Amino acid sequence: MSVQPFLIAAAGLFSIGIYGILVRRNVVMVLLSIELILNAVNINFVVFNAMLGDVLLQGQIFTIFIITIAAAEVGIGLAIVLMLFRNRKTANIDEFDLLKW
Amino acid sequence: MEALDIISYFLLLGLLLVSVKVVTTSNVIHAAISLVFTLAITAATFLLLSAQFVALVIVLVYIGAVIVLFLFGIMITRAPLGQNAELDNDNNKSFALVVSLSIFVIFSYVMFNTFDTQIIVTTGTSTELLGEILLSRFVFPFEVVSFVLLAALIGGITLARQDNALVDENQI
Amino acid sequence: MVNSNLITFLAEGKLTYTDGGAFAEYTWLIVVLPFIAALLITFFGKYLPLKGAEIALATIGFIFAFSSYLLYLNVTEGVASEFFINVGSIGSFDLEFGWVVDGLSIMMYFVVGTVASLVFIYATNYMQGEVRYTFFFTSLTLFAGSMLVLVSSPTLLQLLIGWELVGVCSYLLIGHYWEKKENSSAAMKAFITNKIADVGLMIGIIVLALSTGTMRISEILYQSTHDYESLKSVAYLAGVLLFIGAMGKSAQFPLHVWLPDAMAGPTPVSALMHAATMVTAGVYLLARMFPFYEGMASEALDVVLLFGVITLFAAGMIAIVQDDLKKVLAYSTVSQLGYMVAAIGSGAYTAALFHLWTHAFFKALLFLGAGSVIHAVHTNSMKEMGGLRKEMPRTYTTFILGTIALAGLPPLAGFFSKDEILASLNHGGYSTYFAIAVAGAFITAFYMTRAVVLTFFGEYRGNGHPHESDSMMTTPLIVLAGFAVTAGWVNIPGIYTGFTDWVTTRKNPIVEYHPESFDYFALTSGLLAGLAGIGLAYYVYQILGRPEDGDEKIKVEPIWNLLENKYYLDDFYFKYIINPTKSTLANTIDRFNTNILDKAVNLFGVAAIFLGNIVYNKFDQGGIDKALNISSSSTDALGARVKLLQTGKAQQYIMYFLSGVIVISLLILLVL
Repeated sequence: MSVQPFLIAAAGLFSIGIYGILVRRNVVMVLLSIELILNAVNINFVVFNAMLGDVLLQGQIFTIFIITIAAAEVGIGLAIVLMLFRNRKTANIDEFDLLKW
Repeated sequence: MEALDIISYFLLLGLLLVSVKVVTTSNVIHAAISLVFTLAITAATFLLLSAQFVALVIVLVYIGAVIVLFLFGIMITRAPLGQNAELDNDNNKSFALVVSLSIFVIFSYVMFNTFDTQIIVTTGTSTELLGEILLSRFVFPFEVVSFVLLAALIGGITLARQDNALVDENQI
Repeated sequence: MVNSNLITFLAEGKLTYTDGGAFAEYTWLIVVLPFIAALLITFFGKYLPLKGAEIALATIGFIFAFSSYLLYLNVTEGVASEFFINVGSIGSFDLEFGWVVDGLSIMMYFVVGTVASLVFIYATNYMQGEVRYTFFFTSLTLFAGSMLVLVSSPTLLQLLIGWELVGVCSYLLIGHYWEKKENSSAAMKAFITNKIADVGLMIGIIVLALSTGTMRISEILYQSTHDYESLKSVAYLAGVLLFIGAMGKSAQFPLHVWLPDAMAGPTPVSALMHAATMVTAGVYLLARMFPFYEGMASEALDVVLLFGVITLFAAGMIAIVQDDLKKVLAYSTVSQLGYMVAAIGSGAYTAALFHLWTHAFFKALLFLGAGSVIHAVHTNSMKEMGGLRKEMPRTYTTFILGTIALAGLPPLAGFFSKDEILASLNHGGYSTYFAIAVAGAFITAFYMTRAVVLTFFGEYRGNGHPHESDSMMTTPLIVLAGFAVTAGWVNIPGIYTGFTDWVTTRKNPIVEYHPESFDYFALTSGLLAGLAGIGLAYYVYQILGRPEDGDEKIKVEPIWNLLENKYYLDDFYFKYIINPTKSTLANTIDRFNTNILDKAVNLFGVAAIFLGNIVYNKFDQGGIDKALNISSSSTDALGARVKLLQTGKAQQYIMYFLSGVIVISLLILLVL
C-alpha cells in the first residue's frame, strides 16, 4: 500500500475542516469542524507511524494524546458555549463580535 | 496488497464524502451523526494500518464521549433542529472555498513530492507494547495529560456552574 | 616776490648755541604743569581760600620764573635744542611729542609767562564775585598749558594738538557768561571760524608730512633749505594752506570776524588770549616755518603779505566807528596782527616777532586798563564814559602810555617794532603796501586817541560812580606799562639788536635782511603818520566836542555805514554760508535721511514682514502644517479603514490567518 492516498485523504479532511470553520454559523458546528481537523492529523500520525515502522510506536502514542486533549478541549469548549448561550441567548458566532473596533 | 489498496481507497473516499456532509448539511443533528461516521471510518482506516488500540480509543472516546458531548451541546444551545437554512454563513462561502482548496492543493503537493515512494509496512502492533511504551517512556506526558483532563474537568464544572440565586433567571 | 639775492650775512654768534643743559631737559615741566594744575583746581579749588586762584598763580609764577631763566640762558649763551618722545607709529610715520627749547620758543614762553602772570593776578581781583570763578581759573590754566604745548612743539602733530586745544580753551573762556545767548553764540562763532581755518592747516600738515616723510618740523625745515624735490612740488600749496590755518587763529581778513565778538568774554581773557597769546599762534606758526617759506614757498609769502596788508587797513578803519571800548581794542589787535603777518610776508622774520613781542605787552596793558574802566563804570560803551582821568588816575596814565606805544611814538615800544616792519616793507620795494601800512599807522593813532578822549576826557556822561580800581588790578597795569616803555629797547638797529640774536637762535638758521641802522624814510613816515593821527583825533573829539547821540562829527555817510556794518562781512557769511548750510543743506540732508535712508530701512522692515507673512501662510501653514495635517489625517483615514478589519468575528480572523499561511507557503514552495 502506498502512503499517498492516506495522506491526501488526510489533507482533504483537513481542508474540509477548514472550510467548516470558516463557513458554519453555529458555534457547536465550528467545534465539530475542529474535530475534523484533529482527526485528519490523527490519520497523518498513524500513517507515518506505519510508514516508518517505528519500534516505539510514537505516532500512535501521540495520536492517543491528541484524542485525549481533543476530548478535554471539547468539554471546555462546550462549557464556554453554554456560558455564551446563557449570556446572549444565541449560539450564532456572528453575534459574538464585541471585540470589534 | 491490491485488495488492501482498493479497500483503502473506498474507505478514504467514503471518509471524504461523509466529512463533506459534516460541513455542508443544514441539519445540525445530521452534522453530528456524519461526524460519527467520519470517526468510524477513521477507526476502520486505523485498523488497516495496524493501529488497533488507537482505533478502539477513537471509537470509545471520540464517538462514545465527544459526540455525546456535542449532542448535549446542541441541545443546550437550543440549536434549531431540522433543516435550518441559516446555518451557513453565505458571505464567507466563496472565500472559504478558495482558502480550503488552496490548503488542500498545497498540502497534497507537498505530500506527493515528499513521500512518493513510501510504502506502508503493516505489522502487528501489540497493545501490550503500546502500554509498555506509554507507561515507561512516555509516562511523563501521560501524567501531564491526566492533569490536563483533571483541569478540564474542574474547569468545565466551574464554567458551567451557576449560582443558586440566578437559577430562576437562567433556567436551562 | 622776495628777492632771493637779499643780503644773507649772519651776524656773529648766531650759529653758536648750546643745548641748554639741564634746564632745557626739564622744560617739559612748564608744559605739563598747567594741566596738572587745572586738574587740581577742578577738584580742590572750591575748598581753598582763594577758590583755586592760588594754584593758578603758583603755576604761572613758576612758568614765569622758568621762562625768565631760559631767556637769560638764551641771551647769555644761546640755546637751541629739541627733545622727542616717541609714542608709536602709524605706517611709516612716527608719532612723536616733545619740546623745543630755542630762541623762538623761549621768547614765546617768556611772553606767555609774563603776560599770563600779570593777567592772572589782575583776574583774581577782577573776577571776584563773578559766577564760576574756580572754573574760570581752570580754563585759564588749561589755556596757558595749551599755548605752551603749541609753542613748544617740535612736530606738526603736537602743533596741531596745541592749536586745537587753545581753540577749545578760547571757546570755554569766551563763553564764560553763557547764560546770555549772544555770549555763547560768540564762543561758537570763534570756534567754528577757527575750525574752518583749521581745515586748511590740517590739509597743509598732511601735504607736508606726506611729501617729506616726516612730521618733525626741524627736518622739514632742513629739507626746505636743502632743495628736496619732493617738497618743492607741493611747497606753494602747503605754504598757502598753512597760512589759511594761521588766518583763522590770527584773525586775518576775512576770517577775522570772530575776534570782535570774542570780546563777550571777560576782560582778562581778552587781554591774555586775544591780545598777547592765542592770536599770535598764527604768527608763531609762520615764524616757525619761516625757513620753509623762505627756502621753497616764497610765492606763498606774496599771498601772506597781501592778506596782512588788507587786514591791517580794513580792521583799522572799522575801529574808528566803534562805540564799544573793547571792540576798538579788538579791531586794533586785528590790525596789528595784520602788521605782523605783513612783516612775515615781506620776509622780515625778526620784525614780525619783535612786533609780536611789543604788541603783547602794550595790548595786554590796554585791555586790562579797559577792563579797569569797565569794572568801574559797569558799561562797555564809550558813550557813557568820559572824564575818567580824574577818578582813575593810574588807569589813565597807564592807558595813555599804552596808547602812545601802540601809536608808535618813540621811545616807547611800538615805535621800534612798527618802524622795523615799515623798514622791511620799504626795503623789499613794496611801495603800495608801504603806503598802506603808513596809512594804517595814521588810522591806528586816530582811533586810539579817539578812544582815549571819549573815555578819559571831557565830562562824565554815565550814571555810575566811577572810582579807581584797587591795587591788585592796577599793579599789573603799572608793570605792563613798564614793559610797554622798555620792551622796544632790545632791538634798536645799529645800537643793540639782541632780540634778533635771540629769536634767530634756532637749529635751522634764518636767512633774512638785518638793517645796519634806521631806515629814516620809514621812520619819518611812520612818526608823522602817528602824530597826525593823534592830533586830528584830539582836535575832532576834544576840541570840536564829542558826539552826542552817536552823531559823529566826521561822518561820511556811506563809508560810515560800510564800516559800522563791518563791510557787511558778517551778513555775507550768514546769507551765503551759514543760512544755506543751516536751511538748504540741512533740509536736503534731512529729507534725504527721512525719505530715502529711513524709507530704505523701513523697506527692510516691511519686506521682512511681507516675507514673514508669506513664509507663515504659504510655507508654515500651507506647507509644513498642511503636510503634517495631511499625514495625520491620512493616518487617521487609513486607520479608519484598517480598523474595519477588526470585526470581532473569529471566522474572519481565521480566514486572514489562513490566507497569510497560504501565501507564505506558496512563496516558499515556488520561490525557494
